[in-house]
Amino acid sequence: MHSKDHIIKSYDQELDRLTGEIARMGELSVTQLEAAIDVVERRDERAALRVVENDDAIDAMETEISHDVVRLLALRAPMARDLREVFAALRIAADIERIGDYGANVAKRAIPLSMVAPITHARSLRRLSELAAVAVRKVLAAYREGDAEAAYQVWEDDVKLDEAYTGLFRELLTYMMEDPRSITPCTHLLFMAKNIERIGDHATNIAENVWFLVKGEALEATRKKGDETSGPELEEGI
Amino acid sequence: MTNLAAAAQTPSDTASVNERTKIKVRDLDFYYNGFHALKGINMDIPEKKVTAIIGPSGCGKSTLLRIFNRIYAMYPKLEAQGEVVLDGENVLDKSYSMNRLRSKVGMVFQKPVPFPMTIFENVAYGIRHHEKLKRKAMEARVEEALRGAALWDEVKDKLGQSALGLSGGQQQRLCIARGIALKPEVLLLDEPTSALDPIATGRIEQLVEELKKEYTIVMVTHNMQQAARVSDYTAFMYLGELVEFGVTEKIFTKPDKKQTEDYITGRFG
Repeated sequence: MHSKDHIIKSYDQELDRLTGEIARMGELSVTQLEAAIDVVERRDERAALRVVENDDAIDAMETEISHDVVRLLALRAPMARDLREVFAALRIAADIERIGDYGANVAKRAIPLSMVAPITHARSLRRLSELAAVAVRKVLAAYREGDAEAAYQVWEDDVKLDEAYTGLFRELLTYMMEDPRSITPCTHLLFMAKNIERIGDHATNIAENVWFLVKGEALEATRKKGDETSGPELEEGI
Repeated sequence: MTNLAAAAQTPSDTASVNERTKIKVRDLDFYYNGFHALKGINMDIPEKKVTAIIGPSGCGKSTLLRIFNRIYAMYPKLEAQGEVVLDGENVLDKSYSMNRLRSKVGMVFQKPVPFPMTIFENVAYGIRHHEKLKRKAMEARVEEALRGAALWDEVKDKLGQSALGLSGGQQQRLCIARGIALKPEVLLLDEPTSALDPIATGRIEQLVEELKKEYTIVMVTHNMQQAARVSDYTAFMYLGELVEFGVTEKIFTKPDKKQTEDYITGRFG
């Protein structure tokens, strides 16, 4: 996505390699999320374990990207847009790595969930995860294209994901109050929903980095908060 | 390329309000041998700051530096139009005496050129040219200059030896000592480290950082990392024009002009 034609051609190749790695890593993280939702619906314990194991590949890519970033900084001393490119790659890779973790967490919870009687509410997760997957794909496309406006759109749209999460949260709470036997599976679903909602937050982080990369300044507007289930700062670690 | 002559370039909005302009360049055009080397330069150089001038070979950066102390006499068939105002007076004015200018504006070149005499005499020579000092006073001045150039500790025991025996980095610091011995207000550095190894370069850069407490420093460099490391403001020149002049951090992270960006990121053909 960077403008080519450095006098030193290998510099272009190294930057291309970096953006290519980010794209692959990002795509893998979305695939993981989709696979996780599938195993929840199919109640497939083995497949769930595979998704969990696949997270190692994303972690390895992050290590690779960090290594490439350090080498670029040390050997090329990038400036201006190049510098932002390298800096953004490092930060975006960290966000994608977290997205991968959340996908794996969803798959992990699919295992205990598949051991209790099936509940229909598991389907409501799909809508949430589709919103999250769309956000990640769109922001990765914005990154590839160097499109700050498209990134901003993703950033704004996160409020929809937050709202969907809040809706699901209330829905699950109602089921639990109606039937205490549903507390265990619904709690798993709540945690999964929270994980997916967090994926949206990382997509907005990536959007902020794309904005910075292109414009050279921070995306400053204050984001509208759609998640009303908890105060700020409370959701970490869930 | 846009001609930027219209507006004087002050080093941008983030410059501190307390800064005083030391050198005002106004509508400066310079020709030699029929070649239009500088085109409508307008620039305010702040006092007691380091201003770096960068740009590809032949962009006019050294020519501009040389105009600041009128060493441009070395150019054939020259013609300068416009003003270079130092503390309110146009130094290009014929009534501005060369002696006075040289005592206010010191210069250090790319290759250190110590005089073939002792270390002490290298520094004392220039002072004698401008002032009559008693021996004690002269010794104090030489020591002060050598200390100012961070060279004293290395040469204090061999002041009577030839300056030609010093290393390249030491010779360059000796040239800086020679420059500051006249207590100038402005120090012009024309690629002062291009002939030095990284350690000697580091010493000169550290020295520049200390010297800016007392002097206004203008430095021409081909080494962009050096401009980034030591300067407060950076000017980018291309084909005789001042393309962009701003706070160094901004020039190297988010320049306004595409040409500047292309140059500093290594995209210039």
